[in-house]
Amino acid sequence: MRTLADRLIGIFISLRLTVILLAFAILLVFIGTLAQVDEGLYNAQARYFRQWLIFGLDLFGRKIPIILPGGYLIGTLMLANLIAAHIYRFQLSAKKIGIQLIHAGVIILLVGQLATDMLSHETQMRFTEGETKSYSESPRNYELIFSSDDGANSEQVVSIPEKLLARGGEMKIDNLPFTIRVKKFWKNSEPSFRAPMMQNGPPLTTNGIAVSFDFRPLAETKTMDDKNVPTALIEIIGVNGSLGDWMISGWASDEAMIRALQLNYSQQMGTQMAENITSHLTAPQFVSADGKLFKFTLRPTRIYHPFSLTLLQATHSVYPGTDIPKDFRSRVRLQNLQTGENREVEIYMNSPLRYAGLTFYQYQMDAGEATQQTGRAPSSVLQVVRNPGWITPYLGCILVAAGLVTQFMFHLIGFISKRKTK
Amino acid sequence: MKNIFQKWFPPLLMFILALWFFGKLHTPADKDFAFSAFGQLPIVFNGRVQPMDSLARNSLLQLREKQTLNLEPWKDWNGKPKIISATEWLANVTMNPVAADAWPVFRVDNPELITLLKLPSKNKVEHQDGKYYSWNQIAPSLAAFDNENQRIEKIESAHRNAYENAVIKMHERLVLYVRLKNTIQPSGAEDWWGELNDYEKLIPSGVVAVRAQQAGQKFDEDVLSHFTAFVQEFDRMNTFEPPLIIPPDSGINWTRTGDALLNAMRDGKIDPSIKTYATMAGAFKTGDVKNFNQAVVDYRATLVPGFAKELQKARREVFFNQMEPFYNAMVIYVLAGLLACFSWFNLSETLRRSAVWLIALAFVIHTAGLIFRMALEGRPPVTNLYSSAIFIGWGAVVLGMILEKFYKNGIGAVVSSGIGFLTLIIAHHLALEGDTMEMMRAVLDTNFWLATHVVAVTTGYASTFVAGFLGIVYVVLGVFTKRLTTTLSPDRATGFGFTVGGVAGALVAKRSTELGDNFGKTISRMVYGIICFATLFSFVGTVLGGIWADQSWGRFWGWDPKENGALIIVLWNVLILHLRWGGMIRERGLICCAIGGNIVTSWSWFGVNMLGIGLHSYGFTDSAFKWLLLFVASQLGFILLGSLPLKMWRSFQAKDKP
Repeated sequence: MRTLADRLIGIFISLRLTVILLAFAILLVFIGTLAQVDEGLYNAQARYFRQWLIFGLDLFGRKIPIILPGGYLIGTLMLANLIAAHIYRFQLSAKKIGIQLIHAGVIILLVGQLATDMLSHETQMRFTEGETKSYSESPRNYELIFSSDDGANSEQVVSIPEKLLARGGEMKIDNLPFTIRVKKFWKNSEPSFRAPMMQNGPPLTTNGIAVSFDFRPLAETKTMDDKNVPTALIEIIGVNGSLGDWMISGWASDEAMIRALQLNYSQQMGTQMAENITSHLTAPQFVSADGKLFKFTLRPTRIYHPFSLTLLQATHSVYPGTDIPKDFRSRVRLQNLQTGENREVEIYMNSPLRYAGLTFYQYQMDAGEATQQTGRAPSSVLQVVRNPGWITPYLGCILVAAGLVTQFMFHLIGFISKRKTK
Repeated sequence: MKNIFQKWFPPLLMFILALWFFGKLHTPADKDFAFSAFGQLPIVFNGRVQPMDSLARNSLLQLREKQTLNLEPWKDWNGKPKIISATEWLANVTMNPVAADAWPVFRVDNPELITLLKLPSKNKVEHQDGKYYSWNQIAPSLAAFDNENQRIEKIESAHRNAYENAVIKMHERLVLYVRLKNTIQPSGAEDWWGELNDYEKLIPSGVVAVRAQQAGQKFDEDVLSHFTAFVQEFDRMNTFEPPLIIPPDSGINWTRTGDALLNAMRDGKIDPSIKTYATMAGAFKTGDVKNFNQAVVDYRATLVPGFAKELQKARREVFFNQMEPFYNAMVIYVLAGLLACFSWFNLSETLRRSAVWLIALAFVIHTAGLIFRMALEGRPPVTNLYSSAIFIGWGAVVLGMILEKFYKNGIGAVVSSGIGFLTLIIAHHLALEGDTMEMMRAVLDTNFWLATHVVAVTTGYASTFVAGFLGIVYVVLGVFTKRLTTTLSPDRATGFGFTVGGVAGALVAKRSTELGDNFGKTISRMVYGIICFATLFSFVGTVLGGIWADQSWGRFWGWDPKENGALIIVLWNVLILHLRWGGMIRERGLICCAIGGNIVTSWSWFGVNMLGIGLHSYGFTDSAFKWLLLFVASQLGFILLGSLPLKMWRSFQAKDKP
């Protein structure tokens, strides 16, 4: 009688499982590609690949009720299958060395991708020429920051992630002498200027930026190019009751969005006026409680680094007479007080800077002739990636390629020199 | 007598076609206007130096999908419609637009678009063919068209329907046309030479007036208004972003006519190139052949000292355009394929040999074109979808020819001419998108990755196709003939093996025959071997692509449609190998799966580009999608055929069951 364990092992080392998993993987990748047409890359990825189980498909505007294994499930099972087969069938013989190499390589690739998926994170560093930054910002997530100056050069900062705000309700945060009640939260929103002399409705609240700006909710965006900019209406409640309602919005602190907004306004009414209007939006908001003044803002989540980068020059050149980009290039000064480093680095397409476990890639750029004409200061955005698993594809690729070549050559030579047995 | 005919007919046929091809290389002498010399003038467009001739041909391809212009499209072929060269057309657009505006140069297929533009339908008496229309016919409906275009531009490209795509395409065509009209002179210019002189005289007083106005002092209002009118006109020329035709005084930056005229304000003098072009335009408009030709010669002479390299490149590219290597090779491939097919019916050895000779000729032209293109661009063979088709076709022809060399039964000839024709016609249609030698975007501008990732992936695609087509051969031979059960002679087996799998294939096939395998078994061994090979290359190519992405964007894998397509090919090949190893499929299962590889590969190569999303989407038309579906259906048909019970296969019917 085979025990249950034996049977389980039997399943996990079987080729049949491999084949079924491969077939599902093909199906999943195909569906995940088609789904991008409607849902956009990011959502399709989240829905099909970074998922254990998929309940129901939406393809070409039609619903298909079906349950499929997601990318995580397939990947994990493949890994289990490979490792189990590896352990149980392992034999160190010249004949099998190719297979061992291939499978080891695939394991490294799979583990590496899983690690990348779980551990890597991408942030962005955005600066205009001459600006120095020692932090990078999340491209998607926001945080609500309360900071208070004690006057003695020390700043107390409390951060509340967007996720908590999205849940709504009241929250009491340590180190803050008040409670926050989220009255409204919009994952994506749009601001509109409450122009004087216009027929405006009543403001959302009478404090801070809401006096000159209205916000309205937008549907969540799904494309890669757009991002969700959250806005919330919060009430701050002190020990002795409400301190008032405020609007907090990503539009008021996210440099990328402010720049976009300014550009939009300046096309309608000129640069001067646009700057004037947006300054109403970016004006800091304060609340005073327990004898202290707290500044608060909803800004892209920051990650601070122990070094700084200064953008010296942003170059964007195009092929003459076209908009086809020829070169994007940021010359930056890297300064690290701890190590005493102070050097210039050039970051351009296909040539990132790897430093302190991070990789800096040239991502976006607002420079070159078009920028000059509008009088904007040249600026550059670097994609900052921390990916501890970045080396795994290189390793996996070498192992698999070597394994495939060995295995096929072995087979080939074996077959050619095979004796006629019959 | 008959023997001599049989022996010499094939080389003679090849010789005749070679003559035909070389005849096309020779440029016909210009009858009056020196259009060929005009076509060789270097300009900068699409970010690269190219001859006027390339601009003319690529523009016509975009506007009407042909490299020449038929002025009387309503006439049948036997009605001898008047056809003019691309350069002659471009000369008219840039220098005598009144004539060009009346020529039927815009191809409009979509019926809804025809209605929107209020275009006449087919009517021979009124000289309408219902397909090609002139600027003058379209112009009255431009306002309505603009509204519609603005609405559609807001729709994401993946969600547009056929009509909406047609509108967007028409908009591109109209913009291109206006762009060309503003290349040498403003599109509405009556007397360009006169205008230029007026402007040059006005510059000193005009600049003074502008400065005075800015400083709030008194100025001559008449001069100012006159001067600003000029400036506005030149500015308007620039907004259409016409080609850059004015060579730099020093440095490397060519300029547009409009820009160069605005620059003239600084030193008060108009660039001599603008004036020479104006002389050409004036002479051309009035039909003054002598002065036009003289102006072209003069202009070339001024370029010789500083722009010898550009002139040479332009001349070479004109030669390449004239050669049309891929189009001509395609024509010869068709002819060869037909001969090879006929040779099957009457089993004529002469016809088969003729086909082989013709393929050899076409192959030489194909290769020459490939090398010429690489030299012109200074790049590895594959830089875009267009060149990938040419390259894959080239590789397939080599394989087919080797097969034919050893096997001498017409199969190799049909395979190579068939794939050669197919890939070149695909390339021909891809060329309709415009310049096929466009500059590489910043991220693609690396010969290292183009030479490694792109070549590896393309090889992976090609070998998956080879396995698939071999599978089709197996199914067709098995179901309809008794060939599969025959045993090959070791020589033939070697040749066959070499064709499909190189040296390794030859060794395997020879050994397989020596072991007593029949032909069917040998094919399936080959298919298996090629799938192994395809797995290696598609895997390495795909991972290299990931590493390239990691180098440039910081993400190894992004689930981009093209990446996914490549991944599916890898997974499919791996799946087949595991099915085989697990004994879940045998000979016929392997063959059917290999044919399935054709579907998977065509999806990755073209299908994903039709989704209109992702980093690798190059834009594609709806009609291509129809062809893809047809191809997929045909492959499913072969798989179905391959799944018939063995007793319905002629090869396995009677005597020995395998």
